[in-house]
Amino acid sequence: MEGITYWLPLVWAAILAVAVTLYVILDGFDLGLGILFPFVPQEDRRDIMMNTVAPFWDGNETWLVLGGGGLFVAFPKAYGVIMSGLYLPIIVMLLALVFRGVAFEFRWVSKPKHKFWDLAFAWGSIVASFAQGVVLGGLLQGITMTDGRFSGGPLDWMTPFALFCGCALVAGYTLLAATWLIYKTDGALEVFARHSAKIALLAVLAAAAIISLWTPFTMPRVAERWFSWPNLLLLSPVPLLTVYAAWSCWRGLELEKPFQPFGSAIALFLLGLAGLVISNVPYLVPDKLTVWDAAAAPSSQMFMLVGTLLMLPVILGYTVFVYWTFRGKVRHGEGYH
Amino acid sequence: MDMDAVLLARIQFAFTIAVHIIFPSFTIGLAAFIATLLVRWRMTGQDKFHRLARFWTKIFAVSFAMGVVSGIVLSYQFGTNWSRFSEVAGNVMGPLLGYEVLTAFFLEATFLGIMLFGWQKVSPNLHVTAAVLVAVGTSMSAFWILSANSWMQTPTGYEMKDGIAYPVDWAAIVFNPSFPYRFAHMFTAAYLTTSLVVLSVGARYVMQNRFLEEAKTMVRMGLGMVAVLAPLQLLIGDAHGLNTAEYQPVKVAAMEGHWDGSKPGDLVLFAWPDDKAEMNHFEIAIPNMASFIITHDINGLFKGLKDFKPEERPPVAPVFFAFRIMVGIGMAMIAIGFIGAFLWWRRSLFESGWYLRPLTYAWPLGFIAILAGWWVTETGRQPYVVYGVLKTVDAVSAVAFGAVLTSLILFVLIYSSVFSMGILYINKLIDKGPEGKAIEPSDALPSRPLSAAQGAARDALGTAE
Ligand code: HDD
Ligand code: HEM
Ligand code: HEM
Repeated sequence: MEGITYWLPLVWAAILAVAVTLYVILDGFDLGLGILFPFVPQEDRRDIMMNTVAPFWDGNETWLVLGGGGLFVAFPKAYGVIMSGLYLPIIVMLLALVFRGVAFEFRWVSKPKHKFWDLAFAWGSIVASFAQGVVLGGLLQGITMTDGRFSGGPLDWMTPFALFCGCALVAGYTLLAATWLIYKTDGALEVFARHSAKIALLAVLAAAAIISLWTPFTMPRVAERWFSWPNLLLLSPVPLLTVYAAWSCWRGLELEKPFQPFGSAIALFLLGLAGLVISNVPYLVPDKLTVWDAAAAPSSQMFMLVGTLLMLPVILGYTVFVYWTFRGKVRHGEGYH
Repeated sequence: MDMDAVLLARIQFAFTIAVHIIFPSFTIGLAAFIATLLVRWRMTGQDKFHRLARFWTKIFAVSFAMGVVSGIVLSYQFGTNWSRFSEVAGNVMGPLLGYEVLTAFFLEATFLGIMLFGWQKVSPNLHVTAAVLVAVGTSMSAFWILSANSWMQTPTGYEMKDGIAYPVDWAAIVFNPSFPYRFAHMFTAAYLTTSLVVLSVGARYVMQNRFLEEAKTMVRMGLGMVAVLAPLQLLIGDAHGLNTAEYQPVKVAAMEGHWDGSKPGDLVLFAWPDDKAEMNHFEIAIPNMASFIITHDINGLFKGLKDFKPEERPPVAPVFFAFRIMVGIGMAMIAIGFIGAFLWWRRSLFESGWYLRPLTYAWPLGFIAILAGWWVTETGRQPYVVYGVLKTVDAVSAVAFGAVLTSLILFVLIYSSVFSMGILYINKLIDKGPEGKAIEPSDALPSRPLSAAQGAARDALGTAE
């Protein structure tokens, strides 16, 4: 049992990391479309933007359920602490997701009086993205706990750092969405997307630089991990690769490549997430709960692991199948109906 | 934790889940109905089935979206509002919800894309398969979540160590004693609810003399289901009640308004139960009938509320009234099915306006019965969340009163506006009816997915592009 209680939580942490990563990338680009919405006033272009993700958004959002659900399954203690510690931003995120989720269908049914649902889609997406960034920032800066339970106040998370993380994630999702649009559309919309992608890329790089300076200065545990030898050497590929990914994204935009900007934007996200993991392992709630402290009973983790290992490849398989089915550029149909 | 924050958290959970369950109750049945229509279309080649499938798919899309967004909220509330519950019961509850995500949510969410937007993108057979898979997904979802809820009602297969539940036998956990009954009852309830909506919409068109071909198909399909399922539901409900009498006798005592266990129980048709005075006012009852139903013996005894300490009893009146609402609606459905089947057999169904006209207003009945049923089940197990293991007051998070109050106000405001708009839009789609060409014009570009509701909106408003 000794061995199992050591490696099971690690396996689960890895599975959760995969789920969160997939969520951030997949729902990231469809949330980002909502952020771009206010900048695209033309109704036909908005229709196309919606249609690039309409068949996928529900599947994308299900990774959020797996992320939350997975945390509940594998680390119920951390789930309880994180969800109650970050209560308000999480509720706000969920409510914002209500608005943008129903907008996918309501927008069509209410036409031509769909202005409200356009706003709901845009603001729902913006607020949800921002709140997700705040949740991340709030978690990184730590949650007040006594006896293994949350014991802080309802607004503890509201710090400049967490709010900045919120803005940073909004910029990041915008980059994903703009590069996705380059890949899925053509004509004026593609031109617009390329232009916005450049702005978003610059914003993301600035935000990444600021956060990379901010964390070690305000969080000694991070500084310790980063600037001690040989960690410094081992970690150095992360910033280097980040610079390379950013350069490749920019080149892709300049050379009008269809997929390269989106691919590079994903790489940027992966590197950012890798940085987060490296700075925080083995903590789930930084400084307080490690993956071992928070782990569910081994029997529960094992029971669920069997199902996950069986089902995850199947899920990934049919997810790819659906993306493949709706591959190619989305255009506005001339002369239907 | 002060009592008020517990109360707010309970109100918030009850409100959000009650809104949520409205949509699954409809989409579980509707997914199966659409899949059936598409299979019949493939088998008979009749256009009307295809038109009907397209029509109901638009409504399904709107309803499903509302089910998804309200469901995501729920899965997070176990942590935000019930973190003590997550800690104590997480080892058992977690995997059940986890399996729901893995086997059900991904399946339905992913194939939903093909079901809604694949009309011209994929082969008809693949499209039908996608619709079937969505229906399977919704049923699997019901399987796991009801297993989780049933375990909370009748926990088995676990052991307690230091106040935390640890799983011992997963088969005993998943197939806990009340699960088969609850699953059968809820599943039938969802199909009944949908069938009644289909029947009601069909009756509406018949009365308006529109879409007669489709309308008659709807009336026949809906009525056939109601005629079979409503009596079946009575039998399942009865068996469910016997199971409850065995595992949660105090709940049954509350449902029956039965105070004194030393005497046989009367079947109380109406009364005003009084928790303080421990008796019923204004009682109208059939003597000894409750004993007969529960013990199958006119003079059989079953426990009364006074056999339990007051702090172990649920609030009696809500359980008592909700139970009567559910059973009353169940009886009404049996009558609807029976009369309709008789008229059908006499071949006068579509001429019987006196029967069809009231039916056009019958569509909410199933939803009300389902809410009432859950009200019985959930309130009847108070003061426990996990029956006999964890009390509701001990299950909440340490979240401040003000924070919960804020979220509750937001939920009520946002849910009541967003979801009532959705129901309005569904009504608009129904008003519009299954019009249009059976197959989309083929000039639609292959790579342009079309929102499921988009076509209907265009037709309805005549907005030319
Ligand atoms: C998997 C778990 C689960 C499931 C499937 C349901 N419930 Fe539930 N319900 C709970 C888990 C729960 C809970 C977490 O255990 C609550 C919160 C507080 C409590 O006492 O039980 C609860 C409370 C609760 C209450 C408040 C009772 C009270 O506090 O007096 C109502 C009215 C409902 N629920 C209604 C429903 C409805 C309409 C459902 C239909 C889907 C439903 N519940 C399914
Ligand atoms: C505490 C109880 C519940 C929780 C935590 C919960 C959670 C969820 C979540 C997270 C979703 C969205 C899934 C997605 O992204 O596609 C969802 C949808 C769904 N839920 Fe629930 N649910 C609960 C109660 C129930 C019950 C009791 C049933 C059925 C008997 C049910 C049936 C469904 C179905 C069929 C869907 C698919 C969406 C739809 O039908 O509109 N749920 N639920
Ligand atoms: C016709 C006679 C009916 C009887 C005798 C009956 C019996 C019962 C009983 C005893 C319970 C409580 C079980 C418990 O808490 O342990 C229950 C719950 C419930 N009923 Fe009914 N029922 C009937 C009709 C209906 C109808 C028509 C619907 C909906 C269309 C319905 C939907 C529900 C639901 C959703 C629940 C809660 C879930 C559950 O515990 O199964 N019932 N029913």
